[in-house]
Amino acid sequence: MISRAEVEDLLYREAELLDAWNLDDWLTLLTDDAAYYVPPNDKPDADHRFTLFTIADDIVRLRERVIRLSDPNCHAEYPPSRTRRMISNVRVTDAEGDTASIAANFVIYRYRRNEDERIFVGHYRHKLRRVGGALKIAERRAILDAEELGMLGSVSFIL
Amino acid sequence: MLDQTRGSGTFHGLVREQPASFSVKREVFVSPDVFEGERRALFDKCWIYVGHASELRNPGDFKTRWVAGRPVIFVRGRDGTVRTLINSCRHRGAVVCREREGNARQFYCMYHGWTYHPEGTLKGVPGEDAYPPGFDKSGLGLMEVPRLEQYRDFYFLNFDRDAPDLKTYLAGATDYIDLVCDQSPSGKMEIISGTQEYDIKANWKLLVENSVDDYHLVATHATWLNYMRNSGVNMTPPKDSGLLLPTKGAGKDLGNGHLTTDNPNYRGRPVARWISVYGEEAKADIDAIRRELVARLGEARAARVADTNRNLVIFPNLVINDGSSVTVRHFYPVGPDHMRVIAWALGPVEETEAQRARRLHAFLTFYGPGGFATPDDVAALECAQQGYAAWREVEWNDLSRGLAKTGEQTNTDEGHLRVFWRRWRDLMEGPA
Repeated sequence: MISRAEVEDLLYREAELLDAWNLDDWLTLLTDDAAYYVPPNDKPDADHRFTLFTIADDIVRLRERVIRLSDPNCHAEYPPSRTRRMISNVRVTDAEGDTASIAANFVIYRYRRNEDERIFVGHYRHKLRRVGGALKIAERRAILDAEELGMLGSVSFIL
Repeated sequence: MLDQTRGSGTFHGLVREQPASFSVKREVFVSPDVFEGERRALFDKCWIYVGHASELRNPGDFKTRWVAGRPVIFVRGRDGTVRTLINSCRHRGAVVCREREGNARQFYCMYHGWTYHPEGTLKGVPGEDAYPPGFDKSGLGLMEVPRLEQYRDFYFLNFDRDAPDLKTYLAGATDYIDLVCDQSPSGKMEIISGTQEYDIKANWKLLVENSVDDYHLVATHATWLNYMRNSGVNMTPPKDSGLLLPTKGAGKDLGNGHLTTDNPNYRGRPVARWISVYGEEAKADIDAIRRELVARLGEARAARVADTNRNLVIFPNLVINDGSSVTVRHFYPVGPDHMRVIAWALGPVEETEAQRARRLHAFLTFYGPGGFATPDDVAALECAQQGYAAWREVEWNDLSRGLAKTGEQTNTDEGHLRVFWRRWRDLMEGPA
């Protein structure tokens, strides 16, 4: 069974890699069929097949996103934003054998030169799977609490 | 604090046309006076987009929005009629509807408890017997915006009672709206659920320019071009063509300040141009969509619908981008250096689940605050706005590309951007 401690280790490791913009290593925390979703602020519970999301990447597009984010021509994130993630309230909401559904809260502070501080608050709903002994993220869903993106602007980094 | 006020109080001399250059004064992006002037000369006089009929399916359905600087309720009454009511209680002014959307039997003012029917008429007033005899309740319904008209289910309002009708105002833009709607076998399109609502710290007019300016694609969207290339899409201009992009498109003047690009597609269209990003399994389905278009519209019209992209500006602040997907996007100024953008996806009502999913997937390859292109547009506009802090030292923006041409303007010329600026100038300067 997948324990909360194990999930926390994974989420903290992930936060560390994302804040360091170590995106290639971050991809190794995902399964080969992983998906990444950011639902629209006005429909946080929606399905990406029927609703326009902010982000709905399959693994192919997610790898392309990492290529983009690593490119100095990714103007929205060049130079890369400074981010700091606080992950808390980690729960295993459902677990069976080598899979688990988990929930956690996040606060991400984001800083860019000549711009106001932007604070992204929300919760994660991930699906995890053990692959070859390693716990990995099969589906990652970052749900923002803000009523609209508004002054948060673009979601150009990984939430 | 910079002095950004205009001494003269007029708006002459902000757009300069010379034989070899077309320039716009950067002051128009920073001045609070220009910002106020636009509210009166543009947003109080032009047809401004409110919403789409598909957003109000049932009697009582409503959306609360900010349009032309006013809080409004876009609502379908119990009589089936769509109205735009000003969201302000006739008693003491509080907004009577605070929800984003829903279905209402009545609107209830939380301040003193006045209630209104979905058609706007006043329903109830607590403690009514305290009002003097002859106090006229019937005249105290929610104020309706003076004009509301629709074209192909796109609703626009106008605060000017004397404005020409919407269809006359839209001029040549109707043909391009028709091309978008022709994607649907029944001619009916719908707004898909999910709203992208985000701010840009830049003047709203910069997004008008950016939405149709194909000159910026190669530099601003280098990573998107790379993503398309990695996905097997040919993004290389033909050799010795002098083109910046794989196909030669046009920039067009549609009259009354409306403008569009009209580009042979190279980047895939869910209707009906397959690219590898959609996956092999989509090929047969997209062929079928195309056959339906040809059968219904004939080869020539079907080819325009299926094989050309258009980024359409309805003056002043509505953009319909019909490219890798269709987005309806309007934006309004919050201040001289700040805009709010609200965008949706639009699709044919008959789409199957697979077609809808493909359309939404294609949308996010480019558009929106998490897309592979829009965030870099936002960055470009904010960079420009930062540069305009030096508007008194570096006074003019240049929009001269293609100025010497007598024939068609290409999509990487700036002829269509000049269409916007000439109309803007005419309205801001007012009658001579």
